[in-house]
Order: sequence, then structure tokens, then C-alpha cells
Amino acid sequence: MKPFFHAMVHPGLFYILSALSVAGALGIILARHPVYAVLSLVVTLFGLSALFAALHAPFVAMIQILVYAGAVLILFLFVVMLLDITPETLLRSRSWTSVLAGGALALFFLFQLAQVLCPTVSSFPAAKNGPMGTTAVIGESLFTTYALPFEVASFLLLAGIIGAIVLAKKKL
Amino acid sequence: MVGGWIAWFAPIVACAGIVLFGRRSKAISAALALGGMAVAFFCSCQALLQSLSPHAQAIHSTVSWVQLPGLLLELGLYWDRPAILMSLVVTGVGLMIFIYSVGYMAQERGFPRYFAFLSLFAFSMMGIVLADNFVTLFMFWELVGASSYLLIGYWYERPAAAEAGKKAFLVNRIADFGFLAGILMVWNLSGLGGMEKTLSFPALAERIPLLIHSGVLDPQTLAIAVALIFCGVLGKSAQFPLHVWLPDAMEGPTPVSAMLHAATMVAAGVYLIGRTFFLFWESPAALQLVAGIGGITALFAASLALVENDIKRVLAFSTLSQLGYMVMALGLGGYLPGAYHLTTHAFFKALLFLGAGCAIHAVHTNDIWHMGGLLKKMPVTGWTFIVGSLALCGIFPLSGFWSKDEILALAFERNLLLAWTATLTAGMTAFYMGRVVSVAFLGKPRSSHAEHAHEMPLIMTGPMLVLAVFSVIGGFIGIPAYLSAGHAHLGIHPEFNMKVALLSSAVALFGLGLAFAVYVRGARPLQGVQNSLAGVRHLLVSKFYFDEIYGWINRNIQQRFAILTDLFERYIIIGLFVNGTAKITGWTGSLVRLLQTGRVQGYALLIVLGFNLLFYWVKQWAP
Amino acid sequence: MTLAPITLNHVLLLSGILFTIGLIGVMTRRNLLLILLSLELLLSAANLAFVAFSRALGNLDGQIMVFFVMIVAAAEVTVGLAIALLLVRHSGKINADEFREMKW
Repeated sequence: MKPFFHAMVHPGLFYILSALSVAGALGIILARHPVYAVLSLVVTLFGLSALFAALHAPFVAMIQILVYAGAVLILFLFVVMLLDITPETLLRSRSWTSVLAGGALALFFLFQLAQVLCPTVSSFPAAKNGPMGTTAVIGESLFTTYALPFEVASFLLLAGIIGAIVLAKKKL
Repeated sequence: MVGGWIAWFAPIVACAGIVLFGRRSKAISAALALGGMAVAFFCSCQALLQSLSPHAQAIHSTVSWVQLPGLLLELGLYWDRPAILMSLVVTGVGLMIFIYSVGYMAQERGFPRYFAFLSLFAFSMMGIVLADNFVTLFMFWELVGASSYLLIGYWYERPAAAEAGKKAFLVNRIADFGFLAGILMVWNLSGLGGMEKTLSFPALAERIPLLIHSGVLDPQTLAIAVALIFCGVLGKSAQFPLHVWLPDAMEGPTPVSAMLHAATMVAAGVYLIGRTFFLFWESPAALQLVAGIGGITALFAASLALVENDIKRVLAFSTLSQLGYMVMALGLGGYLPGAYHLTTHAFFKALLFLGAGCAIHAVHTNDIWHMGGLLKKMPVTGWTFIVGSLALCGIFPLSGFWSKDEILALAFERNLLLAWTATLTAGMTAFYMGRVVSVAFLGKPRSSHAEHAHEMPLIMTGPMLVLAVFSVIGGFIGIPAYLSAGHAHLGIHPEFNMKVALLSSAVALFGLGLAFAVYVRGARPLQGVQNSLAGVRHLLVSKFYFDEIYGWINRNIQQRFAILTDLFERYIIIGLFVNGTAKITGWTGSLVRLLQTGRVQGYALLIVLGFNLLFYWVKQWAP
Repeated sequence: MTLAPITLNHVLLLSGILFTIGLIGVMTRRNLLLILLSLELLLSAANLAFVAFSRALGNLDGQIMVFFVMIVAAAEVTVGLAIALLLVRHSGKINADEFREMKW
């Protein structure tokens, strides 16, 4: 396969993957059953992972599938099933005015973003040739330049673990 | 210069001392009050001596109070010859009255209070006398009014006294409204021609004539300002038509009447005209007004005195009348005659009041028809009273003759109508004073109290004797000479006119004689004359219904207006603006409170909204 | 048909779309857990933006950032779910509307 170094990503690939991601995202907000919603997110994450890989970030793509989709969302699934939630629909869930308000505000944001991005589409230079984000390269960066944040992040995880245990146990 | 400040502030120090230390002790209060006045008198004497030396200048000392760009307010004293003379009158006659009061008020429980207020008054009066600018003057003008209120209402448990105090203060307040307007106008006018505005008397004395003569300031405008300032005089010196408070003010203790309402406070108006004569002199229109009102007051008040039976009220009307004389003199351009009469009047009027006080003390009533024959029982009181009356009537060679005569001479020179009015008034003066003397002091005792009357102690008769001496020699101590030596122009100084002197003496003697004949010998006019006089008498007794007219105006016009403004204040200012603002704030608060629902997603909505607005704003600003 | 080359702006727009969808989810869904899920979508959209910039600028910093974002997301989900669990257990309610204590 020819490496595409002078463009971001192959257009066709991009559109397919974005369609997939957006479909998954819509699935999250429109799904009735919470389990379906979680699975939609998984789909979205898969789409995004593929996109990451195409964007010269293979390590991150792998991590996303392993950690994010693999662990975090499974956790979500566990809790959803634990709580045994009844299905709900978006529209019957609450008054349509608040749905409208929320929708309008979010879409307004998108509109403004498009206003900024669309006119300047061709003004950005072609993607630069940079290193591919392989494990080795990322690892090197992590353990040298970003060593401190790395260590701090591990503390963060520790705090999260302890927090979760303390909160969720019935008896300490 | 320090003497000036000491003379001014000694009485208030005494007042403070009485308030702090003298509350339980009559001796301490009296000592402090007398001490304060004595110090002030001493300093005034010193100033007099100083001013007599050949190159003496007027003492001018100021303290800066408010200094803003375009506005300079100072407190200061200006001790020129007229001021020195007035200080001597205030402190000297005042000292006599203070001494007398120690005896008169000896039995009163509120003795310390009396002397504290009296000292406060002395301080305020000195403030008016010494003030070097309109601001200081006005401050002390009001303070004097307040002291007067306190002293008139001294026996506050008596409703009549309390009412009288209120009346005095209110009438004065109305007058002072015009006065203040006049001051502001003068202040504005002083800045014409691009100069810095000032309210200081010496500065204005130079500037106003300059502005008039150079044509920058128009005499009509100045006349309006002067007329407004004259409003203040109307109130303080009880000129027509604001004379109504003075008779009622007799509710206060007699020494108060002597001090405030005879010798000094009411003379403050006349003194004011003198102080600001440079303004009056430049506006002939205003001078005419002043003279007219003075003349009217003189005649009007004298007519009311003819039918009064309360000895103090007779003297009060007499004071009004004599004040009218002084104001008229000033209006005719006679600064010197007016000032002269002011001084002599202080002597004999204070004397008369003190004498009346003794008589009242003896017979326990103010009514002259309950007195009688007091001359035999109380010789010192009686004879000094007679001396005072003769001085008031203008009998040669007492002090009153000289000063009154100068005024009459001036009037005959300048305005015949006013001159004959003044002459008629002089006749009436002689008559009513003769009446009082005849009824109260001559003849037989008319009540049991009068039978058992006895002379007052020396502490009371002593000051009367001193004042009597001055009433006699007042014409010979060179007051006019003293005043005219210092200043460039002091209005018109009339020549001694033998014809006028003879006329006035004749009229006075006629009045006295008539009174004697009627009240001692019992002569009565024909029945027809008596009947027609009865109607006149009724009018006079009711004081021309002035009190009723004012009461009506007050009830129907002023009260209604007050209610209107009250409604305006209550509903618009308080209701709309004050409460309205509060209500709007409360209402906005309740509205905003609705945002706090406690629902997370509501808050999330607000966050996104805010974020959108921020994004929009940044987009506008970014290039 | 030759499509226009994909630039940074395209990817950012996609990121924006995903973010918007996530926003709608956070603001409108009633179920507490589904709100948290939409939150994850927001984070993923951000991740995409980071990676896009990393590619466009030839820099690895964006990807490092993504790495950390994922760590934080993991920790946040853990604790968040624990809290949600407790809430549901205590009150028996799962709808965000019914929790109204956070006021005044």
C-alpha cells in the first residue's frame, strides 16, 4: 500500500469512516435500550480507531480499542445490566421544549464551527511529514519528555480505583 | 485680633461649661455665664481703645472652611467701628441683663438651662456682629433664631410659650428663605465682569460700587437682590408684615425680652442693613422699599401699643415701632442716624424691660391695670422706668432725643410723607408710654399685690441704674462722631435742625401731657368721640386681624400645598423610586432564581448557551 | 470522480459533528448512565481533533494528549459510575430530572 504522505487521509476512506462514526453517535442518543446505546458507542469508537490509524496514529488507535472500547465500555455495560434499567425514548423522555432548546443550542454551536471552518478549507497547508505514531515512538516520548505527566496519570488511576471501591462497596 | 475671637467665643465656652459642669449648681452657671459676657465685654472695650488710635485699621481675621474651585467659604470676623460699637452694646447691655437675670431667675429650677441658652445666644449674636461675610452671618443669623426659640419657650410647660417659640421660628424661617435667595443672588452678581465670586463684606464693599458704576451690574437687578436680603430683615427685626411673632415672644422671661427682643436680636436686622449698606446705597429702588416699610411699621406698631394692657406687650410694640424708625432712617440713606438710634434704643429699651420685669415680679401679673402707685413703693424701679420712658419719647437732653431727632431731621430733608408719619408716631409713642407710666407707676395701687409691692434687690436694680445713666448721657458720648470718623461714606448725615427739634419735643410733650390728663386726672373726651373711637379701638385690639389672616393663609393655602407635596413624596418618590427600585430588584431576583432548578441538565444547557455566546464573541473579535 | 483532498478542516468538522451529537445527548437524555455515555462521546470527539492536529502539524504531542485523555476518561468513568450506582441504590431513581438538590 502506498503511504499517503502529502494528504491527510484518503478521501473515500475518510467519508466511509466518518459515516460510520456519525451513525454510531446518533445511535447513542437515539437508542431506546441503554445496552444498544453502549454498543453504538463501541461502533463509533471502532470507526474512530480506524480513522486514527489512517491519520498516522496507530498506537492510539490500538489503545482506544483495547482500553476504551474494551475495558471502559464493558464496565459501562456491566453497570447498565446491574441496574436493570427500563428502556426510554428520547422524545417521550421529557418535554419537547427542552429537547428543542438543547438541540437548537448544540446545532448553533455546530453552525458557528462550520462558519469558522468552511471558508478556510483550502487555506491550511498540506499535512506535514511527521513521524508515524508507533508504539516505539510514543513510548520514547512518554518516558522522556512526558515522564512526569505519565507518573501523575498513574496516580490518577490509583485514585480512581480506590475511589470506586470505597464508593461502591456495601460494607467497607 | 485675638481679642476678637475671644470676645466671640467666650460666651459659647461659658455655655459649654454650664452644660458640662453647671447643671446642678446655680452658682457655677451664673459665674460661668457672667464670666463669659464679662470677658467679651472687656475685649470689646479693648478693641474700642485700639480703634481710637490715629492709624487704627479695622481688624479682619478669617479662617478658611471650604475650599473648592470656584467656591471659597470662610469664617471670619471683621471688626470695624460700627462692629465695635455693636459689640459693646451687645456685651455691655448684655452683661447688665445677665446680672439682672441672676436676681430675676433666682427661684427658677431651670436656672442653669436659662444661662446656657442665654450664653448661646450671646455667642450667636456676636457672630452676627463680627461676621465678615454673608456665609458666617447667615449661619449665626439662624443660630440666633434658634436661641430665640429656645428662650421664648423657656417655660415649655406653658402651651402659650411653646406656641410663641414656634411662631417666632417659623416666621423667621420664612423670612430667611428670602434672605438666602438674596445672598445667593449677590454671590452670583459678585462674579460679573469675570471676577471671582465672593461673599466677603470688605471685598463686596469695593466691588459692588465698581460694578454699578462701570455699568456691568444693572441697578434693577441689584435692587432685587437687596430686596431679598431685606426679607431677612423683615423677619428678624419684625417689620411689617412679618411683625406677628414679636408680641407673642413676650411669653419668655422678661430679661430675655430685654436682651433679645429689645436690645440686640431684633436690632440684628438693622445692623445687617448697616453692614451691607454698600449694597443698599447703590439701589435707590430698594432703599425706597426699606424706608416705606420702616415708616409703615413705626406707625402701625405704635397704634397697636395704644390699647395694650400687658406692659410687656406695650414695650414690644414700642420696640417694633422704634425698629421701624431705624429701618426708615436707613431707607432714607441715613446710616448714621439709624446706627445712633439703635445704640440709644438698646440702652433705654433694655432698661424699660428690666423695670417692667421688676414691676411684674412685684405684682405677679403683666397687666398694668393691676399695678398702680408703684413709684412710691419701688422708687428705684419707678424712677429708672420714667427716665427710660422719657428717653424713648425723645425728651431733651436724654439720649433718645438726639438719635430720634437726627432721624426726623433726615426725614424732613428727604421725604415729607415719612417725616409726618414719624412725627405722628412720636406723638403716639409719647402717649402710650405716658399711659403706661400713669397707670402702672402713678396714682393709687389698683390691686392688693400693688399695695404690698416692694423694691427689688440690688442685683436687679443695679443694672437698671447703669442703663439709666447711659440713657441719660448717651447723647453726649460721641457716638456719631465715632462712627463717621472711620469710613469714607456712611450715607447722609443731616445737620442739626432746630425746627425739627422743637417740633418733636412739642409733639412728645403733648402726647405725655394728654396721657397724664386722661389716666391720672381722669379726663375723658366727649361721648360722641368715644363712640367713634370704639370702632378704631376694636381694630387696634385685634391687631388688625393679622394673626387671623395668617392663620387662614396657613390653613387653606399652605396646608393644602403641604398635603400635595406629601402625596407626591409618598407615592412618587417613595413609592415609585425608592420602593420601586427595591421591588424591581426583588422581582429580578425571583426571576433569576428560576434558573436554579437543581437539575443538572438545566445547568448543562446554560453552560452550552454561555459557551455558544462566548464562541460567537470570540469569532467577532478574531481576525 | 475525484474527491477533494481531505484537509484538517474536514476532520475538525467531523469532530465538531460528533461533539454536537454528544452535547445533545448530555442535554436531553434522562437516564443518568446515558448522560455519562454521551460524555464519553464528547471526549472521543476531542480525541479526534487532537489526532488531526497532530497529523497536520507533524507533531506527536497531540497523540500524547490523546493518551492522557483516555486515562482520564477511564478514571472518570470508573468513579462516575460508582457514584451513579450509589445514587440509584439510595434513592431508587435513575432520571436526572428527579435529582434536584443542587440549588441555593
